[in-house]
Amino acid sequence: MNITLKVWRQKNAQDKGGFKTYPVANVSPDMSFLEMFDVLNEQLLAKGEDPVHFDHDCREGICGMCSMYINGKPHGPKDAVTTCQLHMRSFKDGDSITVEPWRAKAFPVVKDLVTDRSAFDRIIQSGGYISINTGGVPDANEIPIPKKIADQAMDAATCIGCGACVAACKNASAMLFVSAKVSQLAMLPQGQVERKTRAERMVAQMDEEGFGACTNTGACSAECPKEISLENIARLNREFYGAKLKSENV
Amino acid sequence: MSWFTKAMSSNIGKKLIMAFTGLFLILFLVGHVSGNTLLFGTDGGLAFNAYAKFMTTNPAVKILSYITYISILVHVVYSIIVTRTNKTARPVGYEVNAGSTNSSWASRNMGVLGTILLIFLVVHMKGFWYEMHWGEIGTDINGNKDLYGVVAKAYAEWWYVLLYVVSMGFLAFHLSHGFSSAFQTLGLNHKKYTPIIKGVSLGFSILVPAIFAAIPIYMFINS
Ligand code: SF4
Ligand code: FES
Repeated sequence: MNITLKVWRQKNAQDKGGFKTYPVANVSPDMSFLEMFDVLNEQLLAKGEDPVHFDHDCREGICGMCSMYINGKPHGPKDAVTTCQLHMRSFKDGDSITVEPWRAKAFPVVKDLVTDRSAFDRIIQSGGYISINTGGVPDANEIPIPKKIADQAMDAATCIGCGACVAACKNASAMLFVSAKVSQLAMLPQGQVERKTRAERMVAQMDEEGFGACTNTGACSAECPKEISLENIARLNREFYGAKLKSENV
Repeated sequence: MSWFTKAMSSNIGKKLIMAFTGLFLILFLVGHVSGNTLLFGTDGGLAFNAYAKFMTTNPAVKILSYITYISILVHVVYSIIVTRTNKTARPVGYEVNAGSTNSSWASRNMGVLGTILLIFLVVHMKGFWYEMHWGEIGTDINGNKDLYGVVAKAYAEWWYVLLYVVSMGFLAFHLSHGFSSAFQTLGLNHKKYTPIIKGVSLGFSILVPAIFAAIPIYMFINS
């Protein structure tokens, strides 16, 4: 396959940046989107040019590092996959593909397609944890949890923190991410100790980082590689109202 | 700041205010549209004029109408605040964006739709509400202010009818997202009830603007 790539190039956080067009020849349909970028970068290195910087780590859809806005959609045209799991067979020979970084004030561009997503880390630090007992290893089935609840908590916990929800949202809102993280703990017995404080602090941190307000367009969930449901956002709203009404934090 | 003002000035809190005022305005629409059906009457507007008098003089309705004015004002002011926050959250936009593949057109254009509706509201209130309260209008045979006459005269103009019909189209789109969105913001999302809310939302956003739009058309034809 022959592909034409229009890629965002930006030297550093201060640089204004702009698009550059690169033809990529001999692309195999079985390559992943990132492998196609590897091919491009080898071409660029051979010519002595700066390779395109992009985030990636596991390349199997579990770390959440890869983050490309491909033809107007985060992680590209396919549903429920990350960029690293997207294959070139999803495109046609001769296609022209525009690739941009996530765009949000809270995710500043570091270089090319790499953005600084540490805002998510700070949200997690503010409340996305639980207290654990010290001492011996507890028995696996010591705490009974209904299967339905366990499943829902697990579904929320599949969020890999990639930030595609923020990227897709017209308001650059982080509600889907935060709701997944609050939900996975709020539903389980282990998460009860910090439950109210968690909802309050994580919401406050989310606003602090400069993410927008949720207007319920549903773009986040539609583009989420882990298909995190909008029910979580409603749950976060409930958790937040409940916490504000009942917590001791004045 | 107290815990309450802090909660209300968070992004979720602001959206909660949008949801509450929006839902109140939806209730207002129910009242407004039911009253308006009197315009379909064949009594030369006597019942409608009596109803208009009741609506402008009854103390309980007075309180409700003040809540309505406040709701409109708060809904507009908060929409501006939230929109500004949301615009600054993405200072650099995308070159290519496929928004239509992941969300409805109405949900992405609530601000534009709301602005158009606000302009409509100003024209609408100047035309009827202002006239009823402070305008020089005659009386019908029962001695009530003849608001029906004002309405009938206005709807004899084709461009006025067109303005109303088109505006009701915008209202339909605004409601098609706003109605169910308000419930999600309140945290009411449930496997059993959300499909019902979505269905009622769709029915409401088609039916209510349709009845509103039918009145000027009906009166234009009969003029
Ligand atoms: S909710 Fe989905 S899109 Fe958002 S960070 Fe988690 S996995 Fe990524
Ligand atoms: S590189 Fe880890 S999810 Fe794509």
